[in-house]
Amino acid sequence: MRRVAVVGAGMTRFMRRALETPQELSFEASRMALDSCELRLADVDVVCIGTAPDAFDGVHMKGEHLAHGAGGWHRPVMRSYVGGGTGVFAAIQGWYQVASGRADVALVLCEEKMSSARPHPQGAFLTIFDNITERPLLPNLIWIFALEMRRYMETYHIPKELIAQVAVKNKRNALDHPCAQLAAEITVEDVLKSEVLAWPVQRLDVSPTSDGAVALILASEDQATRITDRPVWIDGVGWNVDTAYWTDRDLAYPMYVERAARMAYDMAGIRDPRHELDVVEAYDPFDYKELHHLEGLMICGRGEAPRLTADGVTRRDGDLPVCPSGGLLGVGNPIAAAGLMKVAEIFWQLRGEAGKRQVPGKPRRGLAQAWGDLMQVGTVVVMSV
Amino acid sequence: MSVRIQDFPGTPLREDDVRSGRVLTVSGAARAEYAWDLGVAMTRYLEELRNGRLVGQRCRHCGRVLFPPRAFCEQCFCPTTEWVALPDTGVIQTFAICHIAWDAQRIDEPKLPAVIAVDGASRNMGLLHLIGGVEPERVAVGQRVRAVWRPPDERQGAITDILYFTPTEA
Repeated sequence: MRRVAVVGAGMTRFMRRALETPQELSFEASRMALDSCELRLADVDVVCIGTAPDAFDGVHMKGEHLAHGAGGWHRPVMRSYVGGGTGVFAAIQGWYQVASGRADVALVLCEEKMSSARPHPQGAFLTIFDNITERPLLPNLIWIFALEMRRYMETYHIPKELIAQVAVKNKRNALDHPCAQLAAEITVEDVLKSEVLAWPVQRLDVSPTSDGAVALILASEDQATRITDRPVWIDGVGWNVDTAYWTDRDLAYPMYVERAARMAYDMAGIRDPRHELDVVEAYDPFDYKELHHLEGLMICGRGEAPRLTADGVTRRDGDLPVCPSGGLLGVGNPIAAAGLMKVAEIFWQLRGEAGKRQVPGKPRRGLAQAWGDLMQVGTVVVMSV
Repeated sequence: MSVRIQDFPGTPLREDDVRSGRVLTVSGAARAEYAWDLGVAMTRYLEELRNGRLVGQRCRHCGRVLFPPRAFCEQCFCPTTEWVALPDTGVIQTFAICHIAWDAQRIDEPKLPAVIAVDGASRNMGLLHLIGGVEPERVAVGQRVRAVWRPPDERQGAITDILYFTPTEA
């Protein structure tokens, strides 16, 4: 297995609704990623695309439809999708193309354009529920988050005030992200007073729907050291899927995230993630999910992540910064692109290029994680300089 | 390289850009309809719902009573052949008070989706359904509930043959 490094990254702004088409968004992010490491499209051996099911855009085979925007023509192209976990999963797809020796340079592109669905992108989510036993109940996506959030809160006796801190932190962090859609200075009280969608989920607990694209360039060790003097190595990758019988699981704990993390930690040689990681981009489509995932990543014990947040550990200037980018809650959530944004953030943080978002202390090791499908998949990458 | 880039690409649109015609759009609908075959296990499950009964399946290897029933145990990866009658009662594992519909529109009467662990099934095994016949503030995790069925002549062999679950001790 060959060593693989991230050598370049690019992204568009994240927007509620973009003028640009999926191809145009993909082109902008891909072009920026290539420019950032002074490569040309001709240097790319394989293109790995991550984007949502076709129902989102209403365009059949949307991965193939936008492929040329990612340089995906007359070369090997693949598309993958595991719901919200896709962004990090696509990076893993690129990793094994290069690790296997099949490619020296891979372009990973994730794009989402959620604004096209009418009357609201929510409608496109209806089809993720079981067609025989669940869809006749007319569920919506917020249901499962509200159900999981309450289970988490009741199991560990977590008050909502502690969970709301995550929304406050991440939206504030996003004020320093030039691509952010929902950056804001808000208070815990603002979250608790915001519109109730499905109790305990309120408006400010939730990330927005977004349009946007992110691209990474991955290279083999030989190529990476030639391309840049600051490659960011991918030390570990992990992913895991739980059963689709989600009502049969205890929703208080994301075991599949733990399994994915263990796979990545074993590969990276990490035994004590709380102290061996310097910066973490945990997946935060909802504020409680960041906490849920910090526990699944074994950065703290079960039910302990709210305390970690209250103590300031996860602030950008804390002992273990979490979502210094501003996360999905602040930067936005174009689903597949949002996950890859987290990998790009770790790349920028470890290179010391995150500008106003830079975490102090020259971080050497970071982690990006995403989660998705029907609350059943965890995807993790560990990176270092 | 994030810090060196001043202008990130992307052109945000506002609702008014579209409404006023400053930006053109093309509209279309993708209408797709399906009739799903139910398979071996679900056929029996829905037939029993029509009879006003819940059923699960026992795996002979691990001994778990699987609910919803399934034609194979995904853990032991072997076929399941033994049907088990289950009571139509259970325990609320978690629930929500939902004020929006599937298309994100507000609804007047909140819906109470819940995950209910069914009595007699293995630990945690249950289903997604609705809580009803009770004020939202009187619902709690850990509460015992029972199914409220449609009248027999209105049942169709569907999950909606159960109208909702209601607390037994409210």
